Amino acid sequence: MSQHRHELRRFPWQVGDSGQLLLAAAAGVLLVASVAQTAGTGLRDSKVAIAFGIVIALGELLRLSLPGDRESAPIATAGALAYALLIRVGSHTAMHSAQQVVTVTAIGMIIGAMPHLAVGRPAKVGAMASRLLAVATVAFLFRPLAKNAYVANNWEISLLLMASLVILALLVEVVLSALLRADEQRAMFWVVLVDELRVQAPLGAAVGASALLMAFAAQVMGLYALAVFTAPLLVTQVAFRRYSGIRSTYLQTVRALAKVTEIGGYVETGHSERVSRLSVAIGRELGMHEPQLLELEYAALMHDIGQLSLSDPIPGGATVLVSREDQQRIAELGGGVIQQAKVLGSVAEIVRRQTEPYRDVDFVPDAMIADRGAPGPPLSSRIIRAANAFDDLVGGSLEPARAAEAVQRLQLGTASEYDPRVVDALSRVVHRRSLIQL
Amino acid sequence: MGKLSWGARSYICTVVIVTVVIVARGPFGGIAWADVAVLGAVVAIFESTATVLRTKELTWSPGSAAALAAAVLIGPIGAALVGACTLLTVRRGPSAVQRVFNTAMYTLSAYLAGRIFLALGGHVGAPRSGSFPGVIGAFSAAAAVYVIANYALVGGVLRLTSSPRSAEGPAPIALNLRLILSDLGFAAYGLLIAALWGELKFFTPVLVLIPLLVARWAVAQFAAQQRAYEATVSALCQAVETKDLYTRGHSERVSRGSVMIAREIGMHTERVEAIRYAGMLHDVGKLGVPTKVLQKTGKLTEEEYAAIQLHPLRGMDIVREIGFLDEALAGIMHHHERIDGRGYPMGLAGDEIPEFARVLAVADAFDSMTSTRSYRGARPVHQAIEELRKWAGTQFDPAFVDAFVAAIKRDGWQQPEVPILPPDEPVEVAAQDHDDPTTPLRVIDTI
Repeated sequence: MSQHRHELRRFPWQVGDSGQLLLAAAAGVLLVASVAQTAGTGLRDSKVAIAFGIVIALGELLRLSLPGDRESAPIATAGALAYALLIRVGSHTAMHSAQQVVTVTAIGMIIGAMPHLAVGRPAKVGAMASRLLAVATVAFLFRPLAKNAYVANNWEISLLLMASLVILALLVEVVLSALLRADEQRAMFWVVLVDELRVQAPLGAAVGASALLMAFAAQVMGLYALAVFTAPLLVTQVAFRRYSGIRSTYLQTVRALAKVTEIGGYVETGHSERVSRLSVAIGRELGMHEPQLLELEYAALMHDIGQLSLSDPIPGGATVLVSREDQQRIAELGGGVIQQAKVLGSVAEIVRRQTEPYRDVDFVPDAMIADRGAPGPPLSSRIIRAANAFDDLVGGSLEPARAAEAVQRLQLGTASEYDPRVVDALSRVVHRRSLIQL
Repeated sequence: MGKLSWGARSYICTVVIVTVVIVARGPFGGIAWADVAVLGAVVAIFESTATVLRTKELTWSPGSAAALAAAVLIGPIGAALVGACTLLTVRRGPSAVQRVFNTAMYTLSAYLAGRIFLALGGHVGAPRSGSFPGVIGAFSAAAAVYVIANYALVGGVLRLTSSPRSAEGPAPIALNLRLILSDLGFAAYGLLIAALWGELKFFTPVLVLIPLLVARWAVAQFAAQQRAYEATVSALCQAVETKDLYTRGHSERVSRGSVMIAREIGMHTERVEAIRYAGMLHDVGKLGVPTKVLQKTGKLTEEEYAAIQLHPLRGMDIVREIGFLDEALAGIMHHHERIDGRGYPMGLAGDEIPEFARVLAVADAFDSMTSTRSYRGARPVHQAIEELRKWAGTQFDPAFVDAFVAAIKRDGWQQPEVPILPPDEPVEVAAQDHDDPTTPLRVIDTI
C-alpha cells in the first residue's frame, strides 16, 4: 500500500538517467541556438564579454563541492548572473543580447571545466546544465528590459526587478538539481527539494547578492568592479571549501574508525559499511531528510562500537545470536562511547536504543520509558535494528534467494521485534538491489 | 582573562588614551552623521554576531568593510567614529575591559586607514567613474594598514595576557596568515560600499551584509565541525584504549607531546593539525593484536611478536581512507622505526623515516615511560628525559628529543594519574609495553 503512495510521488520523467540526459539536451539546444544567433549578429561589447567570460571560467575552475556530494561554482554563477543583469558599464549602456549571455557563460564554463577534465575529474553534466539554464532564465527575462530607459534610470525599480530575477534563477537551479537528485537516489522529490534548499540557501544568498552588487558596481567602477569583487568571493569560497572539507573528513574518519571492530575480529568484514548503506537506503525510502540521514549513517557505522569493551569477540560477530541482555549491554556501552564525544547526542541515543523491540510485548526497558515517556525507540534505531538483523542473516552474500528468505524472517518478526514500515521499506530496497544485480 | 598583569593594564590604557586623544582632536566639521550611523550600525551588527574561533579569547568578524567604507566616504575621523560603534555590541562574553580595548583597537585602526587613504591621494566622498582605477591603490593600502594595525594591537594584548604555561594553548594565532588574508579579501567590500553609496544609498550595506554574513556563517560552521570532529576522534580513540586500563589517555598525551615538538621546531599550522590527529590515532592498529598477546606476562613467541610488530600497518589500514595529509599516514605507519634502522615494520633508518614518525616516536616513548604500568611505576619526568637523551641517535632523532626537552622545560608535562584499580573486579591489563624503550619486549630466542 505504502509502496503505491511512494510511486505516485515520483514524476513520470524520473526514470533512470533520463533526467540528466533531458536536462543536458535542453541546455545543449539552447546553447546551439544562442551561439548561432550570436555568431549571426556578432559579439557586442567584446571587451565586457571577455572580462565576464574570464570571471566565469575562473569560477568554474574553482568550483567547489558542498556537503552531500553536491557541486557548486559560486563565483561563476555570480559572474554570469551579473552579466545577465548588466545595465551600464561606466557610462556606456550594455547592449548585449540574452543569447550572447548564454554563449559567453557556456564558453566560460567549458574553458573552466577543461583543467578538471584533464586531471580526470569530469564535471557533473547535469549540474552544469542546470546552472546554465538558471542563468539563461534571467538573461531572457531581463535583457529586453535592460534597454528600457525607465528601468535603467530608476535604481529602485531595477534593484527590485533584479533581486526577484536572481531569486527566481536560484530557485530554478535548486528545483532542477533536486529533480536530478531525486532521480539519482530514488528519493522523494519534495524531501529532496527541502534538503536542497537548506544546503543551497546560504551560498545562494551570497551568490545572488554578489551578482546584484557586481551589476551595480560596474555602473560606477566599470570593469574594475570584477577585479575588486573577486577578492571577497574567493575568501568566501575558501571558507566554504574548508567547511565541506571538514565535513567529509569527519564522515571518512567515522567510517574508518568504525572498521576497528572488524580489524579486531569483533564483527565480520564489511558489516558496518553494509549495515550503514542499507540503513541509509531504508531511511531515504521512508522520506527522511538529509541531516537525519547523516545521523543515521553515523549511528549505523558505529552500532557495534560497544563490542570493543568485550574482551573476547563474539564468534562471527552476529549480534542477533547473543542473548537480549548482552545485546542491550553492548548497545549501552556503544552509546556511552559515542556520548563521550558530546557532539553526537542523538547518535548516541540511536545506538543505545537499537536493540529495543519496536513494540513492547514483554521486554520493558523500564528506566528508559520512565525517563523519556516515549513509547518506542526512535525510527533510526528501528531501522538499524532491522538492517543489522538482515545483514547478520545474509552477510556479504549477493544471492537473491537468501535475501528473500531473510526478508521473510524479518517479516515474521513484525509483530513486536521489527517495525513493519521499516521491514516494508527494507524489502523494497532489497528487491530493487536484486533487480540491479540480475 | 582573569587578573591582568601590570604590563597588560598599562598597554591597554595606553591604547585607549591614544585613541581618545586622537578622536577628540577632531575635526568634526562636515561629517555626514547619517552615514556614520548607518555604517556604525553595520559594524555593531557584525561585532554582535562575531564568530568564536578555536581559542575562546579570539573572535572573528568581517566588520572591517564598513569601517573602511567610512574611511573613503567620510574621512579618518568619520571612520574612527564608525569603528567606535564596536562599543554598542550586544554580544555576551567579552568583559568590560575586552570591550573597551576592542573598541579602541577598531577605532584606531580605522583612523590610521583613513589617514593612509588621504596621504596616498584618495579623496573623501563617494568615488565616481573617473576615480577608478586610481582609487584602488590608495584603498588597498588603507585596507592593509587597517588589517595590520588590527593584528598588531591584538597580538600585543595576547602576548601580554597569555599565561606562560599553555601546552595546549593557542598557536600564535595573531599571526595566522589565513585570517589576515581573508580579512584583506573582505576589506574589498569596503570599496564597493563606498562606490555604490552614491547609487544605491543605504541599500548598499544591506546587500553587502548578505555575502559577509554568509561567509561568517561558513567560518562558524567550519569551527563547529572541527570541534565536533576532534571530540569524536578522541572519543573513538578512548574506545580503542578501553582494552587496557593502564594505557588510557595514552593517545591523547602522545598527540599533545607531538604537537609540542612540532610547534617547537616551527612546523606549519596545518602540519601541526595533522600531527595532532596522527598522535591520537597512532595506536588504533593495536586492536588487531589479539588481547591475549597484549596481556601475556611471559616471553612472546615469534608469532606473537610478529603480531605486535604488525600493529602500525593495521593502523595504517584503518585510517588510510581518511582524507588526511599523506604525512600523517606515514607517521602512523612508521612510528616504531628507529634511527639506527632496527625498528619495525620496515626497518627504515635515519632520514628515510618520515619526519612525522620520528616526532611521534619520541612522544610515544616518553609517555610510556612516564605512565604507570601494572608491572612497574611511572618514571619521573627528569628520568624519562635522561632515557630519551640516552637513546637519541640510536632510537630517536636527536633534534626532536632536544625540541621536546626544551618544550617540556618551558611548558611542563602533565603526567597521568596512577590508575585506581576497581576493587573485586578482574581488570584487563597489559603485561608488557611495546612503546617502552627501556624494557624491550621479551621474545623467546629461537636459536
